Amino acid sequence: METLANLGDGFAIALTWQNLLLALLGCFLGTIMGALPGLGPSNGVAILIPLAFTLGLGATPSLILLTSVYYGAMYGGRISSILLNIPGDEPAMMTCLDGHPMAKKGMAGEALSLSGVASFVGAFFATWGLILLAPQLVKIALLFGPAEYFALFALAFMTLGGVSSTNQAKSAFAAALGLGLATIGVDTQTGVPRFTFGEVHLYDGLDFLVAIVGLFALSEVFIFLEHRHGGSDAEGRKMEIGKLYPPISMLKQCMPTMLRTSFLGFLAGVLPGAGASLGSFISYSMEKRLVDKKGTFGTGDPRGVAAPEAGNNAAAGGALVPMLALGVPGSGTTAVLLAVLLALNITPGPLLFTQNPDVVWGLIAALFIANFMLLAMNIPMVGLFTRVLMIPSRVLMPIVAMVSFVGIYGISGSTFDLLVMIGFGVMGWVLRKLDVPLVPIILGTLLGNAMENNLRRAVTIDNGNWLTLIDSPLAITLWAIAIIGFILPLVIGARVKSGMHVRRDEEGSISD
Amino acid sequence: MSDRIFGVVGMLLALGYVLAALAIEESFLSDAVGPKAFPLIIAAILGLSSAVIAFRPDPEPKWPALGRLVEIGAAIVVMILYAELLPVAGFVIATAFAAAYLAWRLGSALLEAVFVGIGTSIGIYVIFHLVLGLSLARGPWGF
Repeated sequence: METLANLGDGFAIALTWQNLLLALLGCFLGTIMGALPGLGPSNGVAILIPLAFTLGLGATPSLILLTSVYYGAMYGGRISSILLNIPGDEPAMMTCLDGHPMAKKGMAGEALSLSGVASFVGAFFATWGLILLAPQLVKIALLFGPAEYFALFALAFMTLGGVSSTNQAKSAFAAALGLGLATIGVDTQTGVPRFTFGEVHLYDGLDFLVAIVGLFALSEVFIFLEHRHGGSDAEGRKMEIGKLYPPISMLKQCMPTMLRTSFLGFLAGVLPGAGASLGSFISYSMEKRLVDKKGTFGTGDPRGVAAPEAGNNAAAGGALVPMLALGVPGSGTTAVLLAVLLALNITPGPLLFTQNPDVVWGLIAALFIANFMLLAMNIPMVGLFTRVLMIPSRVLMPIVAMVSFVGIYGISGSTFDLLVMIGFGVMGWVLRKLDVPLVPIILGTLLGNAMENNLRRAVTIDNGNWLTLIDSPLAITLWAIAIIGFILPLVIGARVKSGMHVRRDEEGSISD
Repeated sequence: MSDRIFGVVGMLLALGYVLAALAIEESFLSDAVGPKAFPLIIAAILGLSSAVIAFRPDPEPKWPALGRLVEIGAAIVVMILYAELLPVAGFVIATAFAAAYLAWRLGSALLEAVFVGIGTSIGIYVIFHLVLGLSLARGPWGF
């Protein structure tokens, strides 16, 4: 009952003209960013952060704008998967498998609208899941002391490493690199400068927004330059959409699939480190095993379109749970959203729910509203977004680069920050070539200070006794999960990942 | 081979990080842990994971041919010039040049590149500066 009252307050906050307009703008931009190959949810949100920041938006409006982009990108990714067989962003990879065959059969319109409905169902239930689960998680999190928080951060890094890369050593490297970057600057506890090498600009530490925009957005520009991939993927292809509404019988046939995969995707999203790509992958795999009796999956089965779409949108909602309730993001894009909160001086975590309930519930209400907007945008107006696919990247990528520069310059007005951003862009490019995941780096720069402070607080409280870190049952449990989360992928992960890669190879055009 | 080099570079990085961490001057007022301990833990993880990468390398990534590397190098130089010249030349002019260069190198014809450059620059100026009120670099001509 209390939840409903809170939600009502949230709607009162979200239903202002400004917030509705921001949600609409976010949905629109998000769908475009999702649809364009090369721009995904994480770099899409990243280049918009400076905008939200310099507009002087408060915490709630900025979050509404950026999470609308996030949800929108999850919708948009499917468009190019279905029409071009090229995923618009990573989670939409699985949608290619049945979506494109459907389009080839002349059912592109049905596939697009069906996946739009599936996205809606997934996101809708995930938002309810967020409402129900996050407060429960908060109750547990309130029992956490510094030692438990330190263990929780370690858990986030270790499980993230397990899922995000094929090589555990490389994700450990990435996490350590990010944490190391976070230690640059004046030590918050004793006031001594660390790793600044006398450079005054570094006393404040590296701005994580600069790191994010450089690593995610600018490195993408270098990737395109490397391949000199200047055309549009849609060039020379016919994009017939046809009928825009799916027959009721098809919806009925797919409904059980959508409900099951929404649940599964949500769970995948809540798990730290998993995120939307895994959500859509396991959703598709499970449905294939469960309902594919005649072997129609992969040849344009509508259920094979509905499953990954419901799964990835539900995972997007699920990933918000640990981010809001614990302050520990579970995926790349939620890490970027965490950066927004930190930049606005709001610390997510259990206290967010008591100290800034307007932010939390306003955001949740806005997610419901955005979801309806997205449904409306993505079914009747999908033709508009398919035109966006015609923009060649030789036009798009200069714009992305310049908007990144403008955003960072707008925040700080300093050339030094621009140079640091270029440095991060180059580093991001090299690390991507070497298959080092970038998300742990971002997470490291974001959480580094909190992690260190909790460590030092815990040990100091116990008079310098380091064993205090594994003193309470709660901490031991967290460490145990962390270790399992790190080791388990070494055993099973190889199998799941080889499954993902085999699929990629079969669909030759997906892997670049 | 790439991973072996990467691993060695990572280990050197860890070593440098340790040295820099040990050089941190501790204040007389310190907590029980001090400012060095956490960086040293991080350095250990950094070094260990680099060693694993060096000893168990992944299959070789596909590096671009020399020509493409030069291409990327040139783009980096242009971006650095852009960052340095932004306060000197003003936003609109610097951005038009940088965007036109990138568009050209991504395969636009010369005329299209000029058009993209000017369009991007003026578009961003109108949306971000005139509509949204973001302060951009002012050159000698005020834009």
